[in-house]
Amino acid sequence: MLEPFILIPGRTSRQGTTLNEGKLKQDYLRETSTVLANPDDCRRLGLNAGQRVRLKSAHGEAEAVVEPAKPGELPPGVLFMAYGDTSSRLMGADTHGTGMPDSKGIDVTLEILRPMLQ
Amino acid sequence: MGELRIVENATCTFCGCVCDDMILRVEDNRIVEAKNACVLGKAWFLNHHIEDRPVALVNGKPASLEEAVQRAAQILVEARYPVVYGLSDTTCEAQRVAVAIADRVGACVDTTTSVCHGPSGMAFQGVGEVTCSLGEVKNRADLVIFWGSNPAESHPRHMTRYSTMPKGLFVPRGRKDRTVVLVDVRRTKSAPAADIFLQIKPRKDFEALWALRALVKGVSLDDGVEAETGIPLAQLQDLAQRMKTCKFGVLFFGMGLSMTRGKHLNVEAALALARDLNEYTKFYIKPMRGHGNVTGADNVVSWQTGYPFGVSLSRGYPRFNPGEFTTADTLARGEADAALIVASDPMANFSQPAREHLARIPYLVLDPKETPTVRHAAVAFTTATYGINTGGTVYRMDDVPLPLRPAFPSPYPSDEEVLKRIERTIRDMQEN
Repeated sequence: MLEPFILIPGRTSRQGTTLNEGKLKQDYLRETSTVLANPDDCRRLGLNAGQRVRLKSAHGEAEAVVEPAKPGELPPGVLFMAYGDTSSRLMGADTHGTGMPDSKGIDVTLEILRPMLQ
Repeated sequence: MGELRIVENATCTFCGCVCDDMILRVEDNRIVEAKNACVLGKAWFLNHHIEDRPVALVNGKPASLEEAVQRAAQILVEARYPVVYGLSDTTCEAQRVAVAIADRVGACVDTTTSVCHGPSGMAFQGVGEVTCSLGEVKNRADLVIFWGSNPAESHPRHMTRYSTMPKGLFVPRGRKDRTVVLVDVRRTKSAPAADIFLQIKPRKDFEALWALRALVKGVSLDDGVEAETGIPLAQLQDLAQRMKTCKFGVLFFGMGLSMTRGKHLNVEAALALARDLNEYTKFYIKPMRGHGNVTGADNVVSWQTGYPFGVSLSRGYPRFNPGEFTTADTLARGEADAALIVASDPMANFSQPAREHLARIPYLVLDPKETPTVRHAAVAFTTATYGINTGGTVYRMDDVPLPLRPAFPSPYPSDEEVLKRIERTIRDMQEN
């Protein structure tokens, strides 16, 4: 089932620190391919920490790993992910005459790739 | 144990705060301690040591500096529509040479500003910027608003060094003399540092800012504003009143405004609000700039071309047009046929069509680290890290220039040195 969300990519401390260790290193790649979701949305969809999902926008798709956000951090229907290769794959190329693609507030659908082993 | 050195008053170039009070402990050409640095600064200083990489790669194979410079110059001279891009993580001195190269080969020169606060640059031209230095904020601000910005994670010392915590001339009790407001879609790690947190609906910044403009001007609004923005009318009224009655207010805005649909219009709304407030009090507005010298890139490109980013020099004189001459567009539309990329990583940060086109054209890149962009380059130069291995000038996010104090030498050339060699070689090729 495809669930609609609004994705907000942004900076995190860990993205900033692992960036300095190297963009091709595991820690950076893990940080920038982890998507945070509202805990109520996680419960509603049966999403557990570590579950793989596919995010699709009108412009591309990417796989990510879900982590429930802290209660109150994210409103329902909103996802957060650290900037990086994964979030960039979901951006469109059109900059609407500004030079800047829509890089935050991206409409995406979320698809659970495989259920977690109990 | 090797030689131990202490470098005092070093400058951190990781983010736009450009904190210049670092005390670095250097052992065997490696920084082992960075006193006063935040978590990001520590990661910056402690992870930029000398890596064992070739000084240059041509088509993925190790090459001498001279061979790589020759090939790089040839690519740029033969191109019909090249782009020069990046520049926000290098010195102003290197940025000047990059613009000179763009001028020589008739390139579009663009910086990472265009995918950061480029829309803010457009808005500054449309509305104007009521600006001040961070020193003035430190000494005077009694109302500090962060909008679409998460300084606790992106600029960890902004609050403690410049904006909310320090004691200043007219705010002698520091934090106790200030009201701090955070407006964001997420309750971020910055929220606990604020007195007031307003959680706004995604993509509703323009509407909330315009509502505040109306309230500041005394226009009555109904409760529909909450349904639209997610923020109760009473909270907006309270914020408008605080803005009008503070002695010195400042609004720091992040990419929550410039990267979200509406972009320059969101920023124009914020700039107009700050301008309006000066009818009642002193009120300022500043963008939270990301990269260490992205503000320098804006300044240098402006000195040399008259415009801050997205400038075409293809006709022999500068033309500014975001959307036409900005790199995200020239690549995604398949127009650029070569690129010079300095200290940035479009292969990881650009849209898929832009990346695919970049992979098809010959390009050269200068970077101290291996990145996805380095891996696909026709010519890749390993360069010294600015601020750690090289001196020079950078600009803090409030347009204050600061000198760099390098900690230890690098066997690799600086960006400026490589760019000067490419520029000389291009000149020789064009003259002969």
